[in-house]
Amino acid sequence: MELNFSSKTYNGITAPYALWMAVFIVAPLLIVFYYAFTDASGAFSLSSIQSLGRYTDTILRSVYFGLLATVICLVLAYPLAWIFSKTKSGTQKVLVMLIMIPMWMNFILRTYSIMVLFEETGIINNFLRGLGLSPLHLINTSGAVIFGMVYNYVPFMILPLYTTMTKLDHKYLEAARDLGANGFQVLKDVMLPLTKSGIVSGVTMVFVPSVSTFYISQKLGGGRYTLIGDVIEMQFQTAYNYHLGAAISLILMIFILISLAVMNRAGGTENGAVVV
Amino acid sequence: MNKDVIITLNDISVAFDGETVLNHLNLDIRDGEFVTILGPSGCGKTTTLRIIAGFQEPDSGDVLFGTKVMNGVPAHNRPVNTIFQRYALFPHLNVYDNVAFGLRVRKVKEDQIKEKVEEMLRLVDLKGFNRRSIDSLSGGQQQRVAIARALAVDPQVLLLDEPLGALDLKLRKDMQKELKDIQQRLGITFIYVTHDQEEALSMSDKVVVMDKGEIQQIGTPTDIYNEPSNAFVADFIGESNILDGIMLEDYKVRFSGRVFDCVDKGFEPNEPVDVVIRPEDVDVCPVNEGMLTGTVTSVTFKGVHYEIIVDIRGFKWMIQSTDIQYEGERIGIHIKPDEIHIMKKSCYSGLYGDYSSFSDEMDYIDDPDVDISDINDITELSDE
Amino acid sequence: MKKRVGALSWLYLICFMLLLYAPIMVLIIFSFNATNSTSVFGGFSLYWYRELFRDAATITAFKNTVILAVVSSIVSTVLGTVSAVGYHYSRTRWYKRALMTTTNIPMMNPDIVTGISMMLLFVFVGTLLHVTGVLGFTTMLIAHITFQLPYVILNVLPRLSAMDPYLTEAAMDLGCTPVGAFFKITLPEIRSGVLAGLIMAFTLSLDDFVISYFVSGPTFQTLPIRIYSMTKKRVTPDMYALSAIIFVVMLILLIVINVMEDREIGDYRERRREARRAREQEVAVE
Repeated sequence: MELNFSSKTYNGITAPYALWMAVFIVAPLLIVFYYAFTDASGAFSLSSIQSLGRYTDTILRSVYFGLLATVICLVLAYPLAWIFSKTKSGTQKVLVMLIMIPMWMNFILRTYSIMVLFEETGIINNFLRGLGLSPLHLINTSGAVIFGMVYNYVPFMILPLYTTMTKLDHKYLEAARDLGANGFQVLKDVMLPLTKSGIVSGVTMVFVPSVSTFYISQKLGGGRYTLIGDVIEMQFQTAYNYHLGAAISLILMIFILISLAVMNRAGGTENGAVVV
Repeated sequence: MNKDVIITLNDISVAFDGETVLNHLNLDIRDGEFVTILGPSGCGKTTTLRIIAGFQEPDSGDVLFGTKVMNGVPAHNRPVNTIFQRYALFPHLNVYDNVAFGLRVRKVKEDQIKEKVEEMLRLVDLKGFNRRSIDSLSGGQQQRVAIARALAVDPQVLLLDEPLGALDLKLRKDMQKELKDIQQRLGITFIYVTHDQEEALSMSDKVVVMDKGEIQQIGTPTDIYNEPSNAFVADFIGESNILDGIMLEDYKVRFSGRVFDCVDKGFEPNEPVDVVIRPEDVDVCPVNEGMLTGTVTSVTFKGVHYEIIVDIRGFKWMIQSTDIQYEGERIGIHIKPDEIHIMKKSCYSGLYGDYSSFSDEMDYIDDPDVDISDINDITELSDE
Repeated sequence: MKKRVGALSWLYLICFMLLLYAPIMVLIIFSFNATNSTSVFGGFSLYWYRELFRDAATITAFKNTVILAVVSSIVSTVLGTVSAVGYHYSRTRWYKRALMTTTNIPMMNPDIVTGISMMLLFVFVGTLLHVTGVLGFTTMLIAHITFQLPYVILNVLPRLSAMDPYLTEAAMDLGCTPVGAFFKITLPEIRSGVLAGLIMAFTLSLDDFVISYFVSGPTFQTLPIRIYSMTKKRVTPDMYALSAIIFVVMLILLIVINVMEDREIGDYRERRREARRAREQEVAVE
């Protein structure tokens, strides 16, 4: 398909965008590098990188919490998306809307409302007291932080899973059943491989914000479970150590890049297996 | 009928990614002609059309409208209009607005537009379809809208790029007649691109046969059929038996181990040539009366005639006959001198004209006209 | 296709929805609380709504949010649409790949990294120019346009690929200039993608906290940032009133978009049915 414009004309049209992205996406990342490897005087320095060792616990905790939240989201969302895809198409529309509406609520407010529920004198505990039961210790626990992550990001898992499942031909499952596979085998050998693209994008979309979150842990963890995002926020908003903040951000980016690469690899090889 | 030349393609060459698409093409088109560019897919026929329309600039060579060089003049400033393969009707406009589009671009007054659009819709037999949306029309109706839209702006030349390719066979035949009719009524030049030889022969004043970016032959449909210039044209237009022969002297040719009288002359003595004999020109006769004899290897009933494949000295001939023959039978054949057509050797010699691996199915495999638009519609719907 | 959803499935679905909506419902219910408690309901009242509209800082933040969302989404939609068209027709492969990779960066990168990297850029440039307090409306606007652009482009591109490539040629064939063909043909053809991009850009802007948080200054606060600073202290239920309002507005927006889509699909189906009838008639006539 050749139009009577040269490709150059079209490249020219994109030039403002290319320039914009170069200045406001690529250049800032380079500046992150620059800050990570300099000190306050602007001289080259590895001191920020070297002090990262102090944050090993934080980094590991972030990854652990992020993974846990991702797995919980997957386990919760997978059957849910499956149920969605089996309802009537009108119902499906409504259900998808119901999942999307909370996403449009402000993230801060959503998290704050969980705090209101979980507090020592919050609604759940007031309710329990009213029933004459002893109150639960909910807020300021690691469980509350992970709950916050799951609550905020589970729609990102449901929607891609649902999309792949609606495209899934139910005949494959019937065929597998017909060939004598039991429910678990159908799930493991047919469903999971066929919905892999949804799983990969869902996992990515939950893991990236979970591992980098900074508000949830402050509100629901009571400052006891500092995550990598909190440390970065602190460096930029209270400690004003941009160099350390940049170094930690760099680590976070590298983590995300590695996990994305791993996800894509996992997706790729399984793809091959499906073809075979 | 020696009318003025209105379009001249002068030594046009085009290459895409280093691959030659058009190779030093020369072509004159006269006013009022129905010219068909015929050839297999990838022969460069659509590119030729796009060069005339202005969607494609040639790498070298000139495009002339009359005596004016049009190179570098963009499509919207050329007095030609195109009917696209899948019509390219604007889906967000209704029938009326589609036909009015070119007039509105030209800032014609609305009342004049109305008049013209009504006239065009009457011409293509779509009166009363003004407010209909494009999606709600059948393929045939869309085709008519496309014709009306292109003709509304009074082009000097109408370019048609396989316009009937997406239609059912039956509808296609009707539209062929109608297009020819419109062309004669309006007296404008049609340049028609197709890979369908029947279409080309039945509609055109002049046929341009193309292959590999080169023009193989230009002539009237009868010329092209009766006097193909080389083995490619002979094979592409209709069925042909093409044999190696030697032109002994004027009016004497030797092939299949025998000397035949013929009506061609002007070759070197003993010049190797290609001999073309159309299947319908071969007469079946008893073995003892035959100029050549052979064994019937297959017989297919085709309705009007039988298609008989005969093995004569290792060469498989196709013969069309109204009399039935039987497989395994020995028959003789008789060929009149004026049914033997002699061609100079070309790069196509030896490639075509032997029916040893003949199969009907091949025709369908080659047919690029599988209509995927309907399938697309369905998936589009379910995606939304 | 046989589809059955068992009782157990429905139960799971309902439990999930209850859990998902419980916090939001709590917020909405307590926004009507007569007392300032966030856990004990002391009777119905609109007190906190009145209180909300009396809070000048919140009103300013609200205005700022809307201005920012409108300006940034319009700029990003225009720039994004034009760029998507250029990208779609470009044939320079390395350039296209580079452009797409860059487009994907802000979508893949955590928001916090996008936020701090832009903040560093602004601060860096500010230091070079010896300007302090660079963070404000301009930096917010730039940041919002930047994170919206990829979404606009990714909404427009599929529409462009779905479009019949000969349409623009047909327009030029009928006498349109290339620019005329863009406005008369291409734009109407891709309008649903452009509109979706615009709506997405707008809502993303309204909702964004993380990136805004790093590139905003004291001179220009948006609602999410205002909410954040309020939640640092003990929150009063006027924030609940605010979230209830946001919730209802979003709900209405979403329903409107869905109804519009449904109507469009319905119209399309009707036209296809008509085409099928026309075709059948054609065959029958012969």
